[in-house]
Amino acid sequence: MKIESAKQKQASDWRLGIAEKIFNSLMSNAAILMIILLSGIFITLLYSSIPSIKQSGLGFIYGRVWDPVTNQFGGLSFLVGTIITTFLALIISFPFSISLGLILGEYFKKGIVSEIFKNIIELMAGVPSVIYGFGALYFLVPAIRHIETHLGVPAYGVGILTASIVLAIMIVPYWASVAREVINLAPNDLKEASYALGATRFELIRYIILPFTRSGILAGMMLALGRALGETMAVTMVIGNNNVLPKGIFDPSNTMASVIANEFTEATSDLYLSALIEIALLLFVVSLIFNLLGRQIIKRMASR
Amino acid sequence: MIKFFAIAAISMALFSSCGNGGKGGAANGKDSTSSDKELLGAGSTFVYPLCSKLFDAYNQLTGVKVNYQSIGSGGGIKQLQAKTVDFGASDAFMSDDDIKASGADIIQFPVCMGAVVVTYNLDGVAKLKLTPEILSGIFLGNIKKWNDKEIAKANEGVKLPNTDIMVVHRSDGSGTTNIFTDYLSKVSPEWKTKIGVGKSVNWPVGVGGKGNEGVAGQVKQTPGAIGYVELAYAAKNNMAIADLKNASGNFITPSLQSVQSAANIDLPADTRITITNSPAADAYPISGFTWFILYKEQNYGGRSQAKASNVTKMMWWVTHEGQQYNEPLQYAKLSDKATKVVETLLNSVTYGGKPILTNK
Repeated sequence: MKIESAKQKQASDWRLGIAEKIFNSLMSNAAILMIILLSGIFITLLYSSIPSIKQSGLGFIYGRVWDPVTNQFGGLSFLVGTIITTFLALIISFPFSISLGLILGEYFKKGIVSEIFKNIIELMAGVPSVIYGFGALYFLVPAIRHIETHLGVPAYGVGILTASIVLAIMIVPYWASVAREVINLAPNDLKEASYALGATRFELIRYIILPFTRSGILAGMMLALGRALGETMAVTMVIGNNNVLPKGIFDPSNTMASVIANEFTEATSDLYLSALIEIALLLFVVSLIFNLLGRQIIKRMASR
Repeated sequence: MIKFFAIAAISMALFSSCGNGGKGGAANGKDSTSSDKELLGAGSTFVYPLCSKLFDAYNQLTGVKVNYQSIGSGGGIKQLQAKTVDFGASDAFMSDDDIKASGADIIQFPVCMGAVVVTYNLDGVAKLKLTPEILSGIFLGNIKKWNDKEIAKANEGVKLPNTDIMVVHRSDGSGTTNIFTDYLSKVSPEWKTKIGVGKSVNWPVGVGGKGNEGVAGQVKQTPGAIGYVELAYAAKNNMAIADLKNASGNFITPSLQSVQSAANIDLPADTRITITNSPAADAYPISGFTWFILYKEQNYGGRSQAKASNVTKMMWWVTHEGQQYNEPLQYAKLSDKATKVVETLLNSVTYGGKPILTNK
């Protein structure tokens, strides 16, 4: 061990102190920058939608008419379209995500099967959304059209159901990864104790693992929800782009993200542009509300 | 660690100064000659196939490069107002409000005509005949089934199925929609009051496809669908096109000839006119111009005389020698009457108050 003189020790302590300070300030600056960016986005959206807010007021949220010719803008159909497709997507993807999470977290924790599944999930998460849109357009839409003809409803093929199915496929990887992580973390001693008491695999999952991982799975759902709320490209290709309030699951509709993607480039009048930005603001606020609600629910679940 | 940051900072400074050096070169006139020969245009997607061919041919002829971005008619107008492009292209002429917003005199002139055709997907129906009443009824949602008596009356002897009419329209704002709704407003008072004219309207029924390709694709894949697309797209995809009854009572098949008939009218001096529902006997009723738009006074934003001259000369070429490329690509040529009006307009484009094209 090198014997340091008192002076050398003082110098190295001083260097450590400086490094400590620089590191601290870098980290806090990065965090503050994120907050500033987020508030900046919110303020910009708010500022640019002022003309539209002045025109429509609170009626924007429950107004059904979206008419660029008479400059009358109401966002209810998009709000409804977004919420229906998002929640339908969550419902459809729930069994698949949980099953994948269980398979990877409980049945096949290691080995070749686990590797294959993990790689497939990561691939699915990495596929660009346009490709999902194209896949849906060429495979899913004709299939749905076939089903609709059999059911006797107008057979467009595109619509809320198609968009929800595509969204469900896209959010499975996110939800499944989070589910897998928490299921993996279920305490081994509890599991071995229940096996010792004669529990079957199913009883183990139902009575030990799932209750334990409830809040984690809900966190996965929040992640999936955030993804589904904002998904633009794949949805706009298969949702049918109809600005009228949807009446059923097979109706074509529009979500907030897809109406912005469709109409933003051609929105020449200032009021039209401002209305579209107000839709973006609405989407921002809705995501915020769902996030906060979700965190409350997770907190409530975890404390039980 | 401090050494690492120092090296990173120095290299970033070096890279950014490289970028600035390039821009600095342009400012001191070294690159000004090359950027004078590079023109920027933006706008209508409808006219993009023609523009591609035209500007490629012009580049080979003169070495002037024209970069055209097909971002949509509305986008073209906006970029011209923002002075980021040299000219805009739009399927709808600039309104008085738009001209006022741009703050200067605007020259707009047509460079080609196109047709908006009604395409449909009906097995076993070789040719569908439509009247204005049927068309507006379908798109308003009043006529819901193919074997409606109105449609049967116009198509005697044709076996129409008892299926729903699946309406397809544009989901994005478009000049094609503008021409189509302009026509419907002229022939249907109900459409005029309920829906109106615009690049984006409040469609009461139907699904939306993105771009001409989206509508064409949706119609092709959905049995019983009806939609509207540009003539070029329908022709390229071998789609069924309906004959439309015009104002004179004749059922017209869309073609370059019938579009040219519709456009054979006296243009006003500023060329701001729509040619839908033309009274001519053999005119196709849903025809429209595409306009090129530029500022009358070209000395703005530090533009050079050379650039202004290149822009104006290119426009002259497009409306004269360049017209030879229109018809092979399914766009109609300008009539002689129209060309005369265009010449007057182009001769009035000035730089610093002096007209640019002097000896033509």
